[in-house]
Amino acid sequence: MTIVVVMEQVPDVAEELAIAPSGTDLDRDAISYVVNEYDEHALEEALLLAETSGDEVVAIGIDATGELDQALYTALAKGAQRAIKLTGDFEGTWLSTRTAARLLAPVIEELAPRLVLVGVQAPDDLDGQLAPTLAALLGWPHASVVVGSELVNGMVRVRKELWGGITMLLELALPAVLGIQAARQAPRYVPVSRVRQVMREASIEVRDVEVTSDLAPVPVRLRFPEETGQAELLTGSASEIADRLIELLRARGLL
Amino acid sequence: MDPKQQKVAEVWERETAIVEGVDISGPWNRMFGQRVIWDYTPNLIEEIAQLPGGESFAWCYQCGKCVPVCPVDLVGDYGPRKLYRRAQTGISLLDSPDLWLCTTCANCLRVCPKQVDMIQIMPAAREQALLTGRPVPAELQEALENTAKYGNPLGQPARKREAWVKDAGIPVPILHQIQRPVEWLWWVECYPSYHPRGIDASIALARIFHALGLDFAILGREEKCAGDSQRLAGERGLFEMLAEENIRTLSKYTFQHIVVTDPHALNAFRKHYPKLGGQYDVWHYTTLLARELPKLQPLLTKPLPYRVTFHDPCYLGRHNGEYDAPRQLIQALPGIEFVEMLRCRENSYCCGGGGGGMWLDSFAAGHQRRRLSEERVLEAVSTGADTLVVCCPYEVSRFEDAAKSTGVEGRLRVRDIAELLAEAMGLIGEGAA
Repeated sequence: MTIVVVMEQVPDVAEELAIAPSGTDLDRDAISYVVNEYDEHALEEALLLAETSGDEVVAIGIDATGELDQALYTALAKGAQRAIKLTGDFEGTWLSTRTAARLLAPVIEELAPRLVLVGVQAPDDLDGQLAPTLAALLGWPHASVVVGSELVNGMVRVRKELWGGITMLLELALPAVLGIQAARQAPRYVPVSRVRQVMREASIEVRDVEVTSDLAPVPVRLRFPEETGQAELLTGSASEIADRLIELLRARGLL
Repeated sequence: MDPKQQKVAEVWERETAIVEGVDISGPWNRMFGQRVIWDYTPNLIEEIAQLPGGESFAWCYQCGKCVPVCPVDLVGDYGPRKLYRRAQTGISLLDSPDLWLCTTCANCLRVCPKQVDMIQIMPAAREQALLTGRPVPAELQEALENTAKYGNPLGQPARKREAWVKDAGIPVPILHQIQRPVEWLWWVECYPSYHPRGIDASIALARIFHALGLDFAILGREEKCAGDSQRLAGERGLFEMLAEENIRTLSKYTFQHIVVTDPHALNAFRKHYPKLGGQYDVWHYTTLLARELPKLQPLLTKPLPYRVTFHDPCYLGRHNGEYDAPRQLIQALPGIEFVEMLRCRENSYCCGGGGGGMWLDSFAAGHQRRRLSEERVLEAVSTGADTLVVCCPYEVSRFEDAAKSTGVEGRLRVRDIAELLAEAMGLIGEGAA
């Protein structure tokens, strides 16, 4: 049986971001990409599930950056058995989550997995739509903000985070789609020599796909947050700083 | 139990025995027959010895010369002899915290009559642990992932690698901008490019090079970590990836020699890059400056009223044989009083940063009475020195932190040799031009 993990590359916010002259996208020549950190957790959770169930883990992703191979080879090196990348004339553009889900759904359906794991959100999908949209397109049950999962008696039992630290235990019929918030353990390390070995020995399956128009919203303008205030560093002796702090707190009616 | 593995195969004992008039009746004449020893298996020794690079693990004959010189044993319970003995008694090095405690300082190899070489054993065993999916201490994992992603263990953006240059106050040529041959390619390395105290030393060194009229340039954002400590931490693949990229970058430019800030980079370029096709004439900056002393000496005009001691970096001293150049530079400083620590030169102590220790600080601290860096700053203070002089970029931050955590912060300043030279030249500090 099969568990599918969806891997997405997102702009690396450790680097400085720049907005393209069009004003509607990031300057893609000036940014570098990393795997969405929630997708790293989805992969780890899938590998942990497969270690006990013996399922085949298939990593799939849409290559919108032209650099997805590295992420997929890393997934293979960590223990995924297959990797599939979807290519098309969208390279270098931004795909809405809805568009991405439409590209992924038929490929996932063809793989007939019993579970699909995706990161609960991504920097370009902060509202976490990928998992529910995929589930809707596939007609399968869905749970998001999952922080642990287990395959039992033909169902998947998941722990879902609610608010204030409360979690709930859910059972979903299979196949199902899960939005993973955190794997049971930190994503594993894979040495570079293993990745390099996989790059020599394994291959990534490529599927050409086509984007069709849909109801995705169209970006009009992208902008950096405007600075509204700034921190003030207090200097001087401890008692001078304390005096100044008291003064500031009084001025705001906090004392 | 397998009857063939009876602990004692046969026992002979005579009820009455008098030998040459001495009564040795009963247990006094007991003799044991031959038996097979099964208490210890060689399997866990073989597990390490069969790895390429791990062979010499099996050569240990337990003389124990390595233990008293091991810097880790001084603050804990360690040493190559003990690792062998533990493997013999059923503790696999691959699953033991011991795997991550060696700093590859090479003091054991210096005294080992059997040439048991932890400098090769440790990376081999660690690589095996990584390849077999054993857990990696989280802080090390982060440093390795950062290095793979950004080309430096700090996780800083590659393009900021040359950002320190704008604070240098003098022109620091960058090869991708100047596009001309230079005599000296200065390999700045990661901590001197990104760490605030590393940058202090880089600025000092840049000003010294400039004052000497040296024809030099740096690679800036094109430089990636030389990767030696990652290799020793078990990431040979990452090291090879970095080395291949660095060799490719270096092949684009024309230069006569490389001068490095970091002894770990020196070690990588001298011993490991040649195997991957990168042959260079590489100098540590202290060696270069010592050669330039006739020109440097007249510029050292400002007396420094410091009592200083010097910490030999393992990868400059024991690994690459340079003990004299840093001392020549220190002794050239006007006004300086120089005292040696008890453990110096070939028997120098280790700061704990080598072999990946830089990224295992919390992990190692959990297995030691005190950090190696803390042990060392206390030794420095015991000489009566007020200044600990270093010339490896791992050390300024390690020793400054250790001075804070041991409470000697106000009594010991930590300075890179380049900082002291630049201070004596009036290039940094009060009254700098």
